[in-house]
Amino acid sequence: MRISGWVYAGGAAAVLLGGLMVATAGWSLPPAKSQQIGYRGVGMVQSKDASVVAAQAKITAPPPAYEASAEGQRAKEVYPNLQVLGDLSEDQFNRLMASFAEWVGGEQSCAYCHNPENMGDYSKYQLIVARRMIQMTRTINTDWTSHVGQTGVTCYTCHAGQGVPKNVWFKEPGPTLPGHTKWVGYTGDQNIVAKNAGLTSLPHDALSEYLLGDRAIRVHTNTALPSGNKATIMDTEHTWSLMMHMSESLGQNCTFCHNSRAFNAWDESPPQRVTAFYGIRMSRAVNKTYLEPLTSTFPRERLGKTGDVAKVGCATCHQGLNKPMNGAQMLKDFVAELGKKP
Amino acid sequence: MYLIPEYQNIFTRVQVRGHLEAGAPIENGDYERIGKPVFSYWAGIFGNAQIGPIYLGVLGMASVILFALGFSIIGFNMLASVNWNPIQFIRQLPWLALEPPPPSQGFRIIPPLNQGGWWVISGAFITASVLLWWVRMYTRARALKMGTHVAWAFASAIWLFLVLGFIRPMLMGSWAEAVPFGIFPHLDWTTAFSIRYGNLYYNPFHCLSIVFLYGSTLLFAMHGATILAVTRYGGDRELEQIVDRGTASERAALFWRWTMGFNATMESIHRWAWWFAVLTPLTGGIGILLTGTVVDNWYLWGIKHGLVPPYPDVFGGVTDPALAAGARP
Repeated sequence: MRISGWVYAGGAAAVLLGGLMVATAGWSLPPAKSQQIGYRGVGMVQSKDASVVAAQAKITAPPPAYEASAEGQRAKEVYPNLQVLGDLSEDQFNRLMASFAEWVGGEQSCAYCHNPENMGDYSKYQLIVARRMIQMTRTINTDWTSHVGQTGVTCYTCHAGQGVPKNVWFKEPGPTLPGHTKWVGYTGDQNIVAKNAGLTSLPHDALSEYLLGDRAIRVHTNTALPSGNKATIMDTEHTWSLMMHMSESLGQNCTFCHNSRAFNAWDESPPQRVTAFYGIRMSRAVNKTYLEPLTSTFPRERLGKTGDVAKVGCATCHQGLNKPMNGAQMLKDFVAELGKKP
Repeated sequence: MYLIPEYQNIFTRVQVRGHLEAGAPIENGDYERIGKPVFSYWAGIFGNAQIGPIYLGVLGMASVILFALGFSIIGFNMLASVNWNPIQFIRQLPWLALEPPPPSQGFRIIPPLNQGGWWVISGAFITASVLLWWVRMYTRARALKMGTHVAWAFASAIWLFLVLGFIRPMLMGSWAEAVPFGIFPHLDWTTAFSIRYGNLYYNPFHCLSIVFLYGSTLLFAMHGATILAVTRYGGDRELEQIVDRGTASERAALFWRWTMGFNATMESIHRWAWWFAVLTPLTGGIGILLTGTVVDNWYLWGIKHGLVPPYPDVFGGVTDPALAAGARP
């Protein structure tokens, strides 16, 4: 029997498409580094791509420019229209401004936020945002030590030298944009490539639900038999989407925080889960208190598809590392500036 | 016996080709078999080189049409979910799915089309198709005066399919408990199902199902290897060997008694394999059916019944921060 050309063409197309799918899937290639973190033989192991680990090991924080004196005239006496940081010494203030230029300003340096003709002019939106971000940083460093410990955060933790931090997130409405019909194509907010959930097919806007809203994360029943828990499998997929974001953001497996034989059991969990618990609440508080109210301050091109402000998630600070910047202690040189109550 | 014939099977140059044959006469069918049989070189590499004739009949045609309808509904919903963009349809195909109704729809028989209604309709078509295909398998076996073992094995798979897509959602009062039609999404569902209900690993029927599943593959490999190994003594003529045991059966039996102390017989090995295969979805379906209806957290159930081994606490007693003052779960 002769097999028709269509069969060969179809076969070739399938092999080509299949090959492209496999080749573009973004695999982690061997060697993998694995480390046992729990009791033997129970799969409490962290596996990582060795090349990624090697590249990440080089990430560090910039050192402070110099040691600033806390003595001398107060900044507010020198710069009368200061609304924040006025209690610093002039030396501390100037060093901090120089650091901001390095941490956030990028190529524009001071001019990223300031009008070079008049440094006290509040006409650039970046300056309004920066002022609020200073308050935010101080709040994180004082009210959220449950998550950031004494390591704390500085502008550089998220910004890493850029005006806009690389790993912010926006609402992901999915493809239900103009042209989408109302009677076919229901996806339950999932089943497309979810950028904020490690490119899985899980719900694509879980970050809005958990890191802006306060949708219940826990889905488990705490009794063996049914006892009225209404959480569904779909709720579980939403929680899982958030967990994928966390896993991707920190470059860790599920077992970093959970014993996978009982995801909900706290008494079997590694202690990192407690830190993560506060991290979720910190991100939520930061998004609601500091970022969302700035929505109208930003120009349209800085906003997301739905006109929402850029928000923080775990990746914003962590950038693929379990400890941001490999645990670099930046805050200790800026306690007076960024480590006090706003 | 030093002249070993080349196996007329997978990966050989020998093609199994006889005369084109139409098969035994049909005594009680609706139609004749259709299509003039042909030889295919590629089919001959893997098995019988003859393709056709085929018998679809009324049941087969109805089943094929219903399946095509259900399958098309899934495909068009996937296409619509990427705004009718054919490139995105191909690119994201493994991610796309036809999703069952959301929990808010409960177990309404026909939810709004774009709230899972299409899923219910597609599922109904595919279920009808599968059931008709079952009837077809049964009647075709009867038409050939065969036993109906294949149909009953298929029924076991249908049981699991119905538990997942209909019986359990009905008992839970929610279509949302059912599985989406999609490649990655149905895998997500599987994991989420296990996580929500406290780890299916501790569900004893899940354990049984795995034993039968892995057992099936093991039996399959053992039996296949045994028969290939004694083919040179005529062991491939299994039916004759069942009723008239020859040296092939004797050697195969002795081999297993030597190596593991026990042997199946030329007939019973097929019953072993059939039961292992049938029990895989049968026990699996029971395990799924009990989940959420009777047991809500298999891990805690396992602790209650001594199934969960205790391990030393290496993390030093972590407690739920939501229980601490001021923290919110």
